[in-house]
Amino acid sequence: MSLHVLAVDDSRTMRDMIRLALEPAGFTVHTADDGVHGTEVLSQTAPDVIITDINMPRLDGFGFIDAVRENSDHLSTPILVLTTEAAPELKMRARAAGATGWIVKPFDPAKLVKALQMVAG
Amino acid sequence: MTPPDPMAEIRASFFVECEELLEAMQDGLQLMDEGAHDGETIHVVFRAVHSIKGGAGAFGLNGLVRFAHKYENTLDAVRSEALAVDADLLNLFFRATDHLFDLVRAARDNADLPTAQSDSLLRELEICIGAPPAPDGAEPEIEFQPIGLALDLGCDTDAPPVLTQSPQYDIVFAPDTEMFENGNDAYPILGALAGLGECSVTCDTSRLPGLDSLAPETSYLSWTVRLTADADAAEIASMFEFVEGLCTYTITPVTEADASEPLRNVTGDIAPVVPLLPDTPSPPAANSGCEATAPPAAPKTVVRVDLDRIERLVNLVGELVINQAMMAQSLQNAGLSPHSDAMNGLEEFQRLTRDIQDSVMMIRAQPVKSLFQRMSRIVREASVAVGKEVRLISEGESTEVDKTVIESLADPLTHMIRNAVDHGLETPADRLAAGKPEGGIVRLSAAHRSGRVIMEVSDDGGGIDRARVQKIAKDKGLIPADAVLSDSEIDNLLFLPGFSTAATVSDLSGRGVGMDVVRTSIQSLGGRISIASTQGQGTTFSISLPLTLAVLDGMVVKVADETLVVPLNMVAETLTISGDTLDSIQPGVDVVRVRSGFVPLFDLGHHLGYRPKLDSYIDSAALLITHDDGTLGALVVDEIQDQRQIVIKGLDDTFGRAPGIAAATILGDGQIALILDPSDIIAKSADFKAGAPLKLEA
Repeated sequence: MSLHVLAVDDSRTMRDMIRLALEPAGFTVHTADDGVHGTEVLSQTAPDVIITDINMPRLDGFGFIDAVRENSDHLSTPILVLTTEAAPELKMRARAAGATGWIVKPFDPAKLVKALQMVAG
Repeated sequence: MTPPDPMAEIRASFFVECEELLEAMQDGLQLMDEGAHDGETIHVVFRAVHSIKGGAGAFGLNGLVRFAHKYENTLDAVRSEALAVDADLLNLFFRATDHLFDLVRAARDNADLPTAQSDSLLRELEICIGAPPAPDGAEPEIEFQPIGLALDLGCDTDAPPVLTQSPQYDIVFAPDTEMFENGNDAYPILGALAGLGECSVTCDTSRLPGLDSLAPETSYLSWTVRLTADADAAEIASMFEFVEGLCTYTITPVTEADASEPLRNVTGDIAPVVPLLPDTPSPPAANSGCEATAPPAAPKTVVRVDLDRIERLVNLVGELVINQAMMAQSLQNAGLSPHSDAMNGLEEFQRLTRDIQDSVMMIRAQPVKSLFQRMSRIVREASVAVGKEVRLISEGESTEVDKTVIESLADPLTHMIRNAVDHGLETPADRLAAGKPEGGIVRLSAAHRSGRVIMEVSDDGGGIDRARVQKIAKDKGLIPADAVLSDSEIDNLLFLPGFSTAATVSDLSGRGVGMDVVRTSIQSLGGRISIASTQGQGTTFSISLPLTLAVLDGMVVKVADETLVVPLNMVAETLTISGDTLDSIQPGVDVVRVRSGFVPLFDLGHHLGYRPKLDSYIDSAALLITHDDGTLGALVVDEIQDQRQIVIKGLDDTFGRAPGIAAATILGDGQIALILDPSDIIAKSADFKAGAPLKLEA
């Protein structure tokens, strides 16, 4: 059974690239355009792992992580943050919000796959 | 099914997205310019730059990344309210956005990036946020490593573990309770370690309390891993990156002596040794076959289609319309009753064809917004170049026009906007002297009006100096010295080839392109351009264009045995001329009375040179034509035949442009008919009558 990934990013290019990186590796990829859309898709797809951007309209990544963690079905669903900044304080902030890990953009497909395996087994 | 090069596709789609993002940026900056200082507006602009940077990084577009990064930093300062927005800063943002647009274009076309301009803008952006002493911006702190994305995404990108000669490590790993609250788990980490090489794992359960005192969400377990892998300690530590600070772990290299011992069972009794094979927890192996298992992509709301394909569809629909007309004709010739099933079916067929056609046209229709945004840039640049303060007001941005029309309009509009800024508006001093505000206004509008698109470029400048225009035209020998011209005729002199009113050719609009070129390009789109000017109040150029370039509703008429088509949207009404309504205001100038007014008559057959003028217009049919300015003219024809959809077939350049002829079409019986531009015909004959020896065509 393939792992279901929910990728939330407001950039179509980024969503396409995530899809391109993950589908050949056997993942099933669902995408959402922003945090609000992400929570909607979340309820329909029950992903095994979530990838989210931080800067997004309507509901940003931190808000989205909060929303995921508030949902009792997803207390332990791994969430990877896709970020352009590698600053430690940002990582800490993401972690404080409940993120499982982070990937620095632009991501290397192999690393992304690895990171997903790392958090989702 | 796999496209030849998915990266190239994503790259192409990235540039499409960039255009959208740049449009959103323009909108945001525009809003800020109009006084919106709310957080969301600046966020939108920030996110757009951020997304461009992110995508550009993925494709290794370093120049773009470098600029976007600095721009983003400055925007971030505004976002975090460390920097206040004022007119100068907005102006800088507008210019930076324009430049970003250039960079995106250059990157898309693999052209050289305009780096010199980048540098000067970057410096300005840096100064805004208190210019950190970055030495010459040489190495900005961009943590972007352009990555050439490899597409052979095998899951096992690591070299297979070498079992012998590889160093061994003992790893002790004890998760904190918090680690699990973040969605991390021990199993994947152990799996990742196993992915590095061969390992055996023991679990330490000694801290596990009895069931009665067990808190289910508390972490009690720890693991010891003996790993044999071709990896250094740092690589192993990287497996713990996500859980750094959320667990305790130690990595100890195992010496030769230790390695010979069997793994010590740290806690002894209950923990079984769990052998883990390398790669066991990997997701399904990636090979070309596994794509078949991927379910279809999530539903998309937008499909991007190659314009060529739409073009083909449009052509096919055009052929369908012709074909259907032929069928109608042959059914009619067969003498079928109009109430027969075949005729009813045909009617339904016609309705469907029309629906298809409308739908196809809608695919190509796009709002003129992107075009208008480009014009706002032209205004900014032009106003700086001539030292005038100009505000562009655009209206009707959502008006949809055929995409090919939009593209062909860019050049003419650019020229008209430059003209408006350079020649239309007075200098600030002159404006103040005339009691106007110092800053001039250029207005750009688009609207649908009776099946056509009307675009207007107007300024609130001094209007056309007609005496000067006429003098220049005489000096240049464009008109005879004794010509007596009406105001609108003088205005139209601007469209003459080789006419330029600028006493000194400025570097802005004096680029060898005159209004005659604008006019020619508008006409090649099947459009018309006209001028209205009021002394002291400004000038308005109006462009009137057909909605689509492919199909129109036409009235089929016969003149001297020639079949001609008049666009239906130009025909206000048809009438039969009777002796009561016919009048003559001077010899050779006939008019027809329509309700309370008189409308000049034009004998189409005569004007087109098919036959001499009719002796009497009585009982002839006439088409009442509405001009763009609202005036009327009546075209006398021999017979009105039909009203139907026709497919426009452009006339090749080899035919030369005949005044009054817009294009041609193929009728149902296979006959070729010319499509007229009645306004043009009437204008021509009006010129003729006024005695002005004008030949306005280029």
